[in-house]
Amino acid sequence: MQAQIRLRNALLTLVTYLIAAAFLFPLVWMFMAAFKTEAQAFATPPVFVFTPVLENFGHALGSYFPALRNSLVAAVGSTVLAFILGLPAAFALAVYPTRRAQGVLTWMLSTKFMPAVGVIVPLFLIFRNLHLLDTLPGLILMYTTMNLPLVVWMMHSYMTEIPYAIYEAAKVDGASVGQEFFGIALPLSTPGMAATALLCLIFAWNEVFFALNLTNSDAAPLSVFISQFKTSEGLFWAQMSAAATLTVLPVLIFGWIAQRQLVRGLSFGAVK
Amino acid sequence: MTAAATTPATSAPTPRRGLRLSPAALIWPAMLYLILTTQVPFFMTVYYSFFRYNLAIPGSRPFVGFANYQNLLTDPQNLHILWNTVVLAGGTLILTLIIGAALALLLNRDFPGRALLRTLLISSFLIMPVVTAVVWKNMLMNPVFGFFSWVVTGLGGHPVDWLTQYPMASVIAMITWEWTPFAMLILLTGLQSLPDEQLEAARLDGASPWQEFRYVVLPHWTQAIQVVVLMETIALLQVYGEIYGSTSGGPGVATTNLPYFIYQKAFAEYNIGLASAAGVITVILTNVLAAYMLRLLTRAGRGE
Repeated sequence: MQAQIRLRNALLTLVTYLIAAAFLFPLVWMFMAAFKTEAQAFATPPVFVFTPVLENFGHALGSYFPALRNSLVAAVGSTVLAFILGLPAAFALAVYPTRRAQGVLTWMLSTKFMPAVGVIVPLFLIFRNLHLLDTLPGLILMYTTMNLPLVVWMMHSYMTEIPYAIYEAAKVDGASVGQEFFGIALPLSTPGMAATALLCLIFAWNEVFFALNLTNSDAAPLSVFISQFKTSEGLFWAQMSAAATLTVLPVLIFGWIAQRQLVRGLSFGAVK
Repeated sequence: MTAAATTPATSAPTPRRGLRLSPAALIWPAMLYLILTTQVPFFMTVYYSFFRYNLAIPGSRPFVGFANYQNLLTDPQNLHILWNTVVLAGGTLILTLIIGAALALLLNRDFPGRALLRTLLISSFLIMPVVTAVVWKNMLMNPVFGFFSWVVTGLGGHPVDWLTQYPMASVIAMITWEWTPFAMLILLTGLQSLPDEQLEAARLDGASPWQEFRYVVLPHWTQAIQVVVLMETIALLQVYGEIYGSTSGGPGVATTNLPYFIYQKAFAEYNIGLASAAGVITVILTNVLAAYMLRLLTRAGRGE
């Protein structure tokens, strides 16, 4: 009986490892190709053992830097803007909830469910008139829209976790709303802010729809850069893999670090 | 609205320093921003959807009532695209739920390397959709040089041109790879909040593994499953980058869904009117499901 259970457990563990290996394979295959020569990258039968080369990264980096810079500016810029707008709102909703607070929160969340295709056509026309097409400010504006509801929801949930007695004590001492915000709410929710920022950076970095439709060259971020490889029938696979590896690595590391908060953020606090 | 809340009831009037802000003033900037960038453009989309409006034909913009909607909901090719949207979202949802649930159950046991596997398994969800598309399209599904074709040939079959012969199934497979970790993460978190005592009690009562799953795990899991279903439905109705980077909606319209259709109509044919109507239909479809999601979240919030 005991031996049977142990055997069953060992088998289940084996199955888990096999499924995990299957899921990781496309990624591992891409990482490997990044270190192959172009000939090895599309060779049939596939090459599993090879001497790693670094030249693909050199080639990729040549044309990669403008896109990398654009991705960084758009991700960081939109995260900062979403925090500037979202933190005060989250604070007010958490610490001074009125009858309408829940309604406001729900409404903000509902804007997150607005498909980008429902707004892209007028946005394109407005951006064209305002000369925001293919500019970083334009991209930052849209990524902020995408992340602002997330910032408000996440930070609202972290700020309601601060014991209310702390605010009351401050009020007795005559603290203003501003002092409560900068002196209590912000310092005590730093871990929540870090987690929320990581999520915002990941979402903005990986965004594709606005990037492809509102930029084409000057402000094109990495998603647009990588999509150029879509027709590379066997050509430049190693280079493509090197560029893709550089693109996904920061997000992978951020995501692995923030996995707990990922669950909370992705379900808007419904699952913790 | 604010004075009652901010004035301390007990203390003597103390001179206040620093910022004087009313809480409502803190909320308005965020609300205004979201109204300007989501509500306003959406109403413009609705407005455009009632016109025959093509950027390539300047100066002419006749009001056509519901003609764009009629076109979308009666033209066989457009109906095919609506159907594709539902098949793509529904097929992916079902697959990610099944595989994600299996993985969550497997990872909820104690075994060596569990934390590492859990972390690594999130990876495919973190990959930029366009990267997923170009890597799958080229290195895995290319009929001549792709890895999958090599495996099929090795097993004695003929090379397969996946994206041409089985376009929808291939795209679903690709997006399932991407979204399974999401289902797994949410379901695993839901599973971990199940008290061990409940499982032990069931075992002591002689419950079979199936009974244990059916009567103890499943009822506890309902909320996590609902979250997965609704969040994924909303996200999967908007799949775009994966199609842009792999099939470009083809062959023909075999993998064209509503978002890709809107992109083609608006930015390749400059047909603003029709693209807008399709946008409105996508929003309605999504919001019917989102309304349900919000009810669920509110209920979950109260339950705490």
